[in-house]
Amino acid sequence: MSKAVTVRAQKLRRDNTKLRLYIFLALVAALLLAALFSMRLAPYDPYLQNLDKAMQPPSASHIMGTDHHGRDMFSRVLVGGRTSIFATLALVAAISVFGTLVGTLCGYYGGRVDSVVMRISDICLAFPGLVFAMAVAALLNGGIGNAVLALAVVSWPKYSRVARGQTLAIKAGDFISAAKLAGSSSAQVIIRHILPNILGPILVTAMLDIGTMMMELAGLSFLGLGAVPPTAEWGNMMSSGRSMLQMYPWVVLSPGIGIFITVVLFNLLGDTVRDYMDPRNSRSG
Amino acid sequence: MEPILEVKNLTKIFQKRGKKDFVAVDHVSFQLFPGEILGVVGESGSGKSTVAKLVTRLIDATEGTIAVNGRDITHAKGAALRDIYVDMQMVFQNPAGSFDPRRTLGDGISESLKNHGVSKEERRKRVVGLLERCGLSKEFADRYPYEVSGGQCQRAAIARALAIGPKILICDEATSALDVTVQKQILELLQFLQKADGLSYIFICHNLALVQMFCDRVLVLYDGKVVESGTPDKVILSPQSEYTRCLVDAVL
Ligand SMILES: Nc1ncnc2c1ncn2[C@@H]1O[C@H](COP(=O)(O)OP(=O)(O)OP(=O)(O)O)[C@@H](O)[C@H]1O
Ligand SMILES: [Mg+2]
Repeated sequence: MSKAVTVRAQKLRRDNTKLRLYIFLALVAALLLAALFSMRLAPYDPYLQNLDKAMQPPSASHIMGTDHHGRDMFSRVLVGGRTSIFATLALVAAISVFGTLVGTLCGYYGGRVDSVVMRISDICLAFPGLVFAMAVAALLNGGIGNAVLALAVVSWPKYSRVARGQTLAIKAGDFISAAKLAGSSSAQVIIRHILPNILGPILVTAMLDIGTMMMELAGLSFLGLGAVPPTAEWGNMMSSGRSMLQMYPWVVLSPGIGIFITVVLFNLLGDTVRDYMDPRNSRSG
Repeated sequence: MEPILEVKNLTKIFQKRGKKDFVAVDHVSFQLFPGEILGVVGESGSGKSTVAKLVTRLIDATEGTIAVNGRDITHAKGAALRDIYVDMQMVFQNPAGSFDPRRTLGDGISESLKNHGVSKEERRKRVVGLLERCGLSKEFADRYPYEVSGGQCQRAAIARALAIGPKILICDEATSALDVTVQKQILELLQFLQKADGLSYIFICHNLALVQMFCDRVLVLYDGKVVESGTPDKVILSPQSEYTRCLVDAVL
């Protein structure tokens, strides 16, 4: 293939990635806005019970039907989304910041603290996260806040792993030595040179983690270890509808659709961000 | 005259788990006097870069002492070490890798000034001056390392090393990656700076002809040991060790 053709193909792929990035960013922004203003967007009061209208299948007035208390499912999915999405975002933000800090410091300073912290994170990574989180959540007595805390306790190590590995690779570079020769202290080296250079991989990890964390959070709620009814949350909505799955499938499918759309959207965004950050898509040109 | 840099019995042993210890630098001693250019030659892997990193305390010595201006810096840490870097700077073997890929060359050059509390406008002015001195126009301050050629990056690296006004400059193959004409320009620049500012250099190099032209004194390293030292003429015309003889024969 001639060079010109290769270059053009690369440029096309780049433009393509950029376009995808904008589209998914817009969709995610729309989703977040919908969640944020869900109370106002909801056509009905999500908590208003009306037993005359219980278990109605999807129709023009209730596009996702109603549940056994006669509450509008669409309104509940919207409002439940706010709980699910923002709890997940808070969780991912907290563990990515904490894990990155721990991993960077361990990678930079090494030594005994590093060994100890890394053994702890090995232990966390060796257990299936959700099982471990269930134990912690049960210990903490349910509630959405405690579910977030439980997942945070078991999920931060993957960030510290990524951050530590990246830090080890970068700290061997001559530009870190040059920064030391310029009289920068360790804190200055970390803040100016290490963190900015490891941010890309961390961001991608976090983006791809949003879907997983949302499922796990919904899982805890489904098991009664997260948000407690009547608070609308996707996991506990699916849980309370599970006995009606065969007769009234919309009661379970509606929050399921919410989880599905959100997880897929964040994963697509994560993939796109990773493609965009790929060094082969050089920033210049 | 007092030496500005004195190194005694410097030794570095790299230990790897499951492998035999590797002696990269073996009891190396030398002195560097003010205004002097000391050449260090030796084949690839003979320990030249390791000596440079030991002297600048980027890695810790296994044994031996390093003194700058009579002050022992072998175990200096933190602020004390940062003080030393005002007097001693280094130009790295790989110029492109010695600049942060996410920051401009200007940022890199002015980092030492920033750390010493020089104001933003003043830094900007000094960076332009340094770049000019090293034969680069002021636009280069806003370029990223991947946007410049190897030779331009090398000049920027020299500008950075000079920013804080050091007395000792360690050049690790500062010209090896460059073509002959650029190499000559850089050497002329270094020579000019030596006359103007009275700098002392440790000039690491594997080109004997260059060393003869440029250096006052030369050390020959082989397998981590100093096998020969003296003026370039003496070393080249009447080599004492077997290795130096091979080195000279290979060139002539
Ligand atoms: N961190 C390290 N761990 C183990 N061995 C090392 C390490 N750094 C260097 N070495 C070894 O020490 C020896 C000397 O390396 P050094 O980089 O000082 O060579 P050099 O003389 O600068 O060579 P060149 O001319 O190729 O730059 C080499 O054999 C190298 O493999
Ligand atoms: Mg070297």
